[in-house]
Amino acid sequence: MANDDREKLSVSRRAFLKGGALATGALSSTLIPLGPAEGADRAPEATDLDPRRSKIELKVNGVAYRVDVPNTTTLATLLREELHLTGTKVGCDRMQCGACTVHVNGRSVYSCTVPAVDAAGTEVLTIEGLAKGDTLHPIQQAFVEHSGFQCGFCTSGQIMSTKALLDRNPQPTEDEARQALSGNLCRCSAYKKILESVMTASRLSRA
Amino acid sequence: MENFSYSRPATLKEATAQLGKEHGKIAIMAGGTDIYGGEMKDNLLAPERLVHIKHLKELQGIRQGTGSLRIGASTLLSDIVESPVVQKQAPLLAMAAGKIGTLQIRNMGTLGGNLCQRPRCWYYRNNYPCYKHGGNACFSAIGENDQHAILLGGPSFIVHPSDSAPALVALGASARIVSGTGERTVPLDKFFVTPRENVRRENVLLPNEILAEIDVPNAPAGSKAIYVKEMVREVWDFALCSVAAMVTLKDGVVQDARIVLGGVAPVPYRAVKAEAALKGKTLDEASATAAGLAAVDGARPLSKNAYKIPLTQAVVKRALLSLA
Repeated sequence: MANDDREKLSVSRRAFLKGGALATGALSSTLIPLGPAEGADRAPEATDLDPRRSKIELKVNGVAYRVDVPNTTTLATLLREELHLTGTKVGCDRMQCGACTVHVNGRSVYSCTVPAVDAAGTEVLTIEGLAKGDTLHPIQQAFVEHSGFQCGFCTSGQIMSTKALLDRNPQPTEDEARQALSGNLCRCSAYKKILESVMTASRLSRA
Repeated sequence: MENFSYSRPATLKEATAQLGKEHGKIAIMAGGTDIYGGEMKDNLLAPERLVHIKHLKELQGIRQGTGSLRIGASTLLSDIVESPVVQKQAPLLAMAAGKIGTLQIRNMGTLGGNLCQRPRCWYYRNNYPCYKHGGNACFSAIGENDQHAILLGGPSFIVHPSDSAPALVALGASARIVSGTGERTVPLDKFFVTPRENVRRENVLLPNEILAEIDVPNAPAGSKAIYVKEMVREVWDFALCSVAAMVTLKDGVVQDARIVLGGVAPVPYRAVKAEAALKGKTLDEASATAAGLAAVDGARPLSKNAYKIPLTQAVVKRALLSLA
């Protein structure tokens, strides 16, 4: 997507009023954190007066949000620029590199190519949702132990793909792991260390 | 990307009611990997409205039919790959679907979307004013054509990029197509159209129609099948050449064979001469080699893709020998 397409996102009047009442200081003013019970199964609504924007409710890492964005907004842009969850990276922006991998309703997807409106009513898990406080998730721990990265740009995507694999196949063979992570490129070519990390993560996750 | 309005209709009926009379203005989106991730991001297409159909319950799921499986067009490719019932009744489809893209793409894309995706031709994807964009030329004919068609090419030389399509054609599947005024069922080998039939589109879908369901007959008793895909890389690419092969053997002798090629023609290409060459033969080196030769009978390579002829021969032979 060209830079000029990344419109500066403005705050709708309704969102502003609600946001003023509800939003906490840690969140951008376009965001409205909702109670834990809200946010699920809601279809997007066209914003009053502009059919090319949508009001979206979704849950990210267990927290419910309501945002109002242009329909061109991708889930990756929503996560990074609206929710400020910048652990999810955008590399190619074309479903090729995998740096933007997150889980939507338990399935790994390329968030660069999920329209944010399509994610309305879903539960999203990003790299920020893995650690419990200061305790790393076993997959993160394994990547640290094996240095499963060099520059680190692709790492959050590699970890989310590893989680997608281990959630369904807790004891993969090396070949299954290679196949499962084939949608995540590493320009530094740390593939051997990444594979070691995945196999160790499998052991740690079952420990 | 141009901005667009977005609708998420509650029912299939509501969805078809929103469709228009021409392709492109009002666009249907399921997984969005091609239309959104490809065509819209690359400014090949700027629809005024996207009609989302992936969430429609009527289009989801795998149901038992009579001697067949009925798979909703919005069923996720991953669900098809993982489905025990597909693995049992139509293993060829499960194998082929497993070769599509990457795990993430299979987690996003749908079966209907995989069948309806647009060509991967680099001239099309780079917005050259070719036949597919309403123009009057196919630039691959005298340009860079090493990934283009060797069979049924002309006036456009695109290849059909789908992996699930050759498997479904081999299985004798049909498509249920729904519009605001009714529905029709089209056998999948009539669903795809050659450039001679319609140079602008790759299938029979009209702008006001939605591909709703694929009916997949159970693989014949005693049949064995395999999907082999050759790519520039080992994973995560479109086919240079692929083959969906299914043979029914009795006492080692071929009773029936289906050989359908992907990546070499503008449609999934049923190699009927290869099928005929196998009937009544024992599946061995000699018959597999003969079938490989017959599969590319009539091929007319362009300036840079003659390599696809021996490649296709070898892939057909290898697929068949693995079933022996």
